[in-house]
Amino acid sequence: MSEDLKQKIIAYIREEYLEDDSMVLNENTPLISSGIVDSFSMVSLKMYLEEELGIKMTDEEASTEAFDTVNSILVLVGKKLAGKK
Amino acid sequence: MPSNIGDPEARRRGFAWKDARRELGFPEGPCNIGWYCSDRISELGMGPKLALIWEAVDGTIRRFTYDDIRVYSNAYAKYLLGLGLAPGDRVAVFSERVPELYIGIIGGLKAGLVMQPLFSAFGEDALEKRIVNAETSAILTNRKLTFRVRKIRERCPSLRHIVINDPGDLEMQPGEVHFGIDNAEPVESFACFPATEETPSLLHYTSGTTGQPKGALHVHGSLPAQALTTKWVLDVRDDDIYWCTADPGWVTGVSYGVIGPWALGTTQYVLEAGFIIDRWYKAIQDQKITVWYSAPTAIRMLMKEGEEKVKQFDLSSLRHLCSVGEPLNPEAVVWSERVYGLPFLDTWWQTETGAIQVTNVPGMPVRPGSMGKPFPGVTATVLAHDFTEIREPNQQGLLALRPPWPSMFRTYWRNESAYQSKFKNGWYVTGDRARIDEDGYFWFMGRDDDVINTAGHLVGPFEIESALLEHEAVAESAAIGKPDPVNMEVVKAFVALKPGFEPNKKLEMSIMNFIRKKLSPLAMPQEIEFVEKLPKTRSGKIMRRVLRAQELGQDVGDLSTLDDN
Repeated sequence: MSEDLKQKIIAYIREEYLEDDSMVLNENTPLISSGIVDSFSMVSLKMYLEEELGIKMTDEEASTEAFDTVNSILVLVGKKLAGKK
Repeated sequence: MPSNIGDPEARRRGFAWKDARRELGFPEGPCNIGWYCSDRISELGMGPKLALIWEAVDGTIRRFTYDDIRVYSNAYAKYLLGLGLAPGDRVAVFSERVPELYIGIIGGLKAGLVMQPLFSAFGEDALEKRIVNAETSAILTNRKLTFRVRKIRERCPSLRHIVINDPGDLEMQPGEVHFGIDNAEPVESFACFPATEETPSLLHYTSGTTGQPKGALHVHGSLPAQALTTKWVLDVRDDDIYWCTADPGWVTGVSYGVIGPWALGTTQYVLEAGFIIDRWYKAIQDQKITVWYSAPTAIRMLMKEGEEKVKQFDLSSLRHLCSVGEPLNPEAVVWSERVYGLPFLDTWWQTETGAIQVTNVPGMPVRPGSMGKPFPGVTATVLAHDFTEIREPNQQGLLALRPPWPSMFRTYWRNESAYQSKFKNGWYVTGDRARIDEDGYFWFMGRDDDVINTAGHLVGPFEIESALLEHEAVAESAAIGKPDPVNMEVVKAFVALKPGFEPNKKLEMSIMNFIRKKLSPLAMPQEIEFVEKLPKTRSGKIMRRVLRAQELGQDVGDLSTLDDN
C-alpha cells in the first residue's frame, strides 16, 4: 500500500473530522473508539474512499473494527484494490 | 434470588407514587438529587464503596468511591458558585465520557444549577441553538470539544464561562478556565441547595416535527421515579456491576447512567471508547458486568457480528439485560436469550417522561417485540384521534399517559404553549402509536409524526431541512426517516439544487459533511436523492408523507392538496 494513499486518508480525516490541529493523527490513532469518527460519520468516510479509489465496500466489510485506524482501513482497502486487478 | 420487584402484578395493584420514597427507604424532606446520589450514600456508611469504574480509550482504569464522588462533586458545586453562577442558572455539560462529566452533573445539581446535557457529537448549529435558547451561563467541556465551543462563542452572549477539565497546553481565551478532578481540591462538606420537588434540575433538549429542538425541563422531584425504576426494572442490587451504555448527552445516560444507579449506591462502569464490539465484550468479561442496559441498535450490531464472537469471551457474569431507545425487534430478544442465556427486556420511555413508563420487568413473561406493561403507578392507554380512549384490544392508537408522575417534564423551556399542546383530554400524548393486546401488553407501532428515530435518538426533520438550505447548492430540501435494519431509521434527504449545480458524488459528500458538522452525525443524511422539485401543498408546505410513501413503495394517499405546478 502506498505511503501516498496513507497520507491522503490521514489528510482527509484531519480536514473533515479533527478540530484540534495539535492532535496527533497517524496510521495507528484510534478513530472510532476515540470518537474522532463514529458509526454514522463512517458513511461519509466510506463514500470518500469508494469515490477516491473506485471500489465498493459492503456494510459488513465497513465495520467499526475495520475503520478504527487508518492502518485497518488500509488493510480493507488493499483487499478491495487487489480484488479489482 | 428473587427479583427486587417481586410479583409484578401485585406491585401494579398495590402501588402509588406517594409510596415511592418509603419503598426506597429515602428520607422525606428536601430532595436534592446531588445529595441523594453522593452525600447520602456516604452517610449510610457506603462511602468506601466503588461508585464508578471508568475505562479510558487507551484502556486505563480509574476507580472512584462514593466518598470520591461526594468530595469532588462538592468541589464542582463550590467552584461553579464561585464563578458567580446562581441557583437556577443553566450550565451545559458538553463532554466526552470522562469522570468529570458524571461528577460535574452531580456537583451542579448540588449547587441548585440547572444542568443541560448536550451530546458531544453535536455540531456548531445544534450546540448554538440549544445554548442560545436556554441562555446558558456556563459550559463544562473538555479540550477536544473546546474548539467547537470557540466557534460559536461570539454568537452565544449568555455564555460567560467555559470550564475545561483537561486543557493541557491549550492557550486559554477569555472566559476559559481549567477545572477538573486533576486540579480540584476535594471539598469535604458542602451545603446542598435545598431543592424541593419542583426545583428545576435538568434541561434535556428533544426534537419535534416542527420548529427547533425544545428543552424539556425536569425537576429534583423526579428522583423517586428514576430510582425505583432502576431498582424494579433494571433490578440492580448491592453487589452488581452495572453498565448503561447510553451517553449522558441524552436523557437515558443521565436518568440511568448517573441518577438511578447512584441513588441506589450501585457500582457502575463507564467506557469512554466508542462502539467497538470486541471492547464491549471485553469490558463485560473483565469488569464482570452483571446488569447491562443498552440499545437496540447496538444489540443488532452485536447480532450481525454473530455467535462466534460471543464465544471468544466469558460473559457468564451477566444476569440481567435491558434495552431502550427504539422498539426491540422480536428476533433480538430471541437471539439474546439463545446467545447470552438471557433475553433483553425492552423498556419504553422518552425525554419528556424522565423515567421508564411502559416496560418488561423481571418475573413477567416476555412477549418478544412487546414494550411490556405500564410500570406500577403509571396509567397508560391508547387514544383515538379525537383523544378518547380505545377500549378494544389490538386497536392501534396514540400512546398516552395519565399525568402527573414524579419524573414528568414540567414545561418546554420558554415554550409553554408547546408544552400545553402535549396534553389532550386529561392525557399526555406521547407522539408514538401503539396497540394493547388482550392481556395488557403494549406493542409499539410507529411514530405519529415526522420525527426520525435513528439509533434511539429523535431527530427533527425541520432542523435538518433548515440546515440543508444553508448549503450553497441547495434550493429546497426534505428529510424523512428511511427504514434501516440496524438503526431502525436513518435520515434520507431529498434535495433540489440551485441553478449551476449538478448532482454528483462529490456534492453529495459535501452536503452530508456539511450537515454532520452543523448538526450532528445522527442528523447527517445517510442518503441523498437529488430531485427536480419537492411535493408541496398549495400553501408551500413540503409533503414529507408523499416522499415517505414513495420511498416505501406505499400508496401516497390523498393528493388533493398537492401543488402540481
